[in-house]
Amino acid sequence: MIAEEIGQSELVLDQLDSTELLKEYLFGQFPKLQSMKFSIAINQQLAQGDEKIPEGAEIALLPPFSGG
Amino acid sequence: MSDRFERQRLVPDFGIDGQEKLRNSSVLVIGAGGLGSPILLYLAAMGVGHIGIVDGDQVSISNLNRQVLYGVQDVGKNKAEVAANFLRAQYPDCSFTEILSFISVENVVELIEPYDLVIDGSDNFPTRYLVNDACVLLKKPLVFGAIYQHEGQVSVFNLGIDSCNYRDIFPNPPKADEVPNCSVTGVIGVLPGVIGNLMAMEAVKVLADFGSPLKNRVLFYQAKSASFYEIKISPNPSAYSLMPKNLEELSKTDYELVCEGLPEISWEEIPSQIPSNVLLVDLREPDELPKLENWSPALIPFSQLEENFDLINKRDLIYFFCQSGVRSLKAVRLWQKDFPQKSVFSIRGGMKAMLKN
Repeated sequence: MIAEEIGQSELVLDQLDSTELLKEYLFGQFPKLQSMKFSIAINQQLAQGDEKIPEGAEIALLPPFSGG
Repeated sequence: MSDRFERQRLVPDFGIDGQEKLRNSSVLVIGAGGLGSPILLYLAAMGVGHIGIVDGDQVSISNLNRQVLYGVQDVGKNKAEVAANFLRAQYPDCSFTEILSFISVENVVELIEPYDLVIDGSDNFPTRYLVNDACVLLKKPLVFGAIYQHEGQVSVFNLGIDSCNYRDIFPNPPKADEVPNCSVTGVIGVLPGVIGNLMAMEAVKVLADFGSPLKNRVLFYQAKSASFYEIKISPNPSAYSLMPKNLEELSKTDYELVCEGLPEISWEEIPSQIPSNVLLVDLREPDELPKLENWSPALIPFSQLEENFDLINKRDLIYFFCQSGVRSLKAVRLWQKDFPQKSVFSIRGGMKAMLKN
């Protein structure tokens, strides 16, 4: 869902130190993401609120689905 | 002795015990659609003793690329009824209860309570949050699964202490404009088959005490790349402030309303001096306290709102607030029906949010 908005399913970014900074960057690059709901996982662990991002971390943006 | 469960009884760790546990279990399947079809077929085939099927919807021709319980002859018939009749004929040793209506705040507790486990195969956010919250409050294990076009997610909630639920992943329901409308996005027919079968497998594991269910983990599936991605989740205490505290509060929650995407605004965005073309309306009844300080809102109780529409309509921009932000959303909904062009906002969280700051 989000991959379609970004135009690719994976991105390599320069270090961003927190999930808030990451969101700021992504919203600047892909304004449509601002109106989408998603949670963030850092190294396969779900982040809660603003969390530090360690160097070289793998980040996943996870949108909710409702379909059944 | 050969019978229809012989092959699964032969599996080490499942065995006679696992089969016996399935036989003595009951499962409520919410939604008999794309996810519900494979879930119901496999749970009945494996011999779950009692299966409840909830669906108020009728089979339509566009369902038939993925809802494999139905055929063209079923179009127009209630899904729960067709499903229960079909499964009864296939597996007379299992019992089935069909509920030919949608799950709602009125019937959710009564429907869920008698069952050992709930499976959510519904197709909309209001139902998903309702089922999640009810299962948390009733401490019912819940197998969750959802799909979008060619992707899916699966998890298992409420398995004992420290077990996460849907609100730990997504604390708030998304507004209508934050997610694509499902009826127009399309879905690859086999996708709910993949996700529904993962859900059925998790249900069997929980019921038969077999293997390690997806507790505090969420599994994401992407069909295009044929890949799975797993994340770990942990309880998120701040998520629970948004959830009904008890069954009484649950029965009063308007799940449709919170997912509708009506315009909301926070107190911080309200100017300290309200311009003359703007109206701030307190929708609370006269006995509701405390009164708002600093601003002098118009006092129009929700019960008398519509009689005062002409008065309100004299201003260009309207802010509604109430005690907790529910009546103000309803007011926005009512107002927009009559005056769709006018700018209107509900103040999020109402007086309770003001007091928190």
